[in-house]
Amino acid sequence: MTDLLSRYDPLIQERENLLATGVKDPFSLVMEEVLSPTVAICDGKETILLGTYNYMGMTFDDDVREAGLKALKEFGSGTTGSRVLNGTYSLHRDCEDALKEFYAMDHAMVFSTGYQANLGMISALAGKGDYIILDIDSHASIYDGCAMGNAEVVAFRHNDVEALEKRLKRLPAEAGKLVVLEGVYSMLGDAAPLQEMIRVCKENGAMTLVDEAHSMGFIGENGRGVCEAQGVIDDVDFIIGTFSKSVGTVGGFCVSNHPKFEIMRLVCRPYVFTASLPPSVMATASTSIRKLMHSGNKRAHLWENSKKLHKGLRDLGFELGTPEAQSAIIAVIMPDLEKGAMMWQALLAEGLYVNLARPPATPANMTLLRCSLCAEHTSEQVDQILGMFEAAGKAVGAI
Amino acid sequence: MASREDIMTKVAELIGPFNNKGAELKDTTTFAGDLEWDSLTVMDFVAAVEDEFDIIITMNMQAEIETVGQLADAVAKLMEQ
Repeated sequence: MTDLLSRYDPLIQERENLLATGVKDPFSLVMEEVLSPTVAICDGKETILLGTYNYMGMTFDDDVREAGLKALKEFGSGTTGSRVLNGTYSLHRDCEDALKEFYAMDHAMVFSTGYQANLGMISALAGKGDYIILDIDSHASIYDGCAMGNAEVVAFRHNDVEALEKRLKRLPAEAGKLVVLEGVYSMLGDAAPLQEMIRVCKENGAMTLVDEAHSMGFIGENGRGVCEAQGVIDDVDFIIGTFSKSVGTVGGFCVSNHPKFEIMRLVCRPYVFTASLPPSVMATASTSIRKLMHSGNKRAHLWENSKKLHKGLRDLGFELGTPEAQSAIIAVIMPDLEKGAMMWQALLAEGLYVNLARPPATPANMTLLRCSLCAEHTSEQVDQILGMFEAAGKAVGAI
Repeated sequence: MASREDIMTKVAELIGPFNNKGAELKDTTTFAGDLEWDSLTVMDFVAAVEDEFDIIITMNMQAEIETVGQLADAVAKLMEQ
């Protein structure tokens, strides 16, 4: 018998080598208690959270939690069914209404996760003979959506408008084309030049889908994302998003003004063949989304936090993923996995949690310490965080 | 219309800057094995080939191309279309 798991031997070996150096396993951290959107107890120690994507700090909002409790009591713990059978409650419809209000769009469809939203939309939109044109640094869910369908896949260099345009022009004029972009790329925290990219797509007859997972709630005047900030939201055909970041719960969605959009409910397999989200999740999501519509002050504070952390880390001598803060993600580039893991552990010892990101999730084989800020981080906490980076960086020789 | 020989010459030229191992280039030279390219190098190289011949090599096609010879054949076929 061939042991099918033997294909993972190199990865098992790499992990063993890393742990043999004495570092804690960065991929098995447990939070024993969560005190707020920005503080948890890890290994008995109070730890500042700087790697949660909880951008707007909605997870502990009083109204959000109350709505969840009420729905749990009134509608029970789960739907036990697909959205197209017994899994659509009034709360699911209300959540879709909240999204339509938030984006000022005609249609909204809620999936069980953001991953499934990308899988479902991309695989159902582009079929045999069509082309999907994507940024090479696209999220795994976008690649998996392509793999699930039958379209031809064309990649272009990250955030390169000219590379995108050249490829669009080489494709058959009559072929169906879907260009898939992201507002903010989660590894380096860089925003896409959507204004030019969407223009180029339009000029070349391509439909567009933009994943705003890391920008919803924060970027743009109304928090609608990079599309809004760059003035192209009305030119984009589909926007994908998630509830597991700014919204503060779990779930995914697609919003659109396309007149035929509703048919997607019957053809997206990851929508049809899975159970819908629990009522309490729908109630927390709707409440959170409606509150995010009026969170201009929190957005402004989050920008302050992000800019302050970026400048502080740069002044300490760390190499960062972007020349200036472009989102609420600040990525610190580490020379290799071992140094990255050492730095990650030293930060945790200081009382700070960040994400350790490694290939293949990262571009250019980079090891990153990825920091994501929250609107609930106080300015003093950002000062504390910078102090921890300085201490840890000096302790492991990273600066 | 470029002959296959012309295409091979051009492909070899484009491989040059990425051929850190100085591997000998034949029809049977493999990108992953002989040239030891990782996915990033492949991406940069594919973009260079696409721009040189003004073609598109989809990711679906790339998955089928393992050797320099197969690439030259694929380029020739794409240029006919």
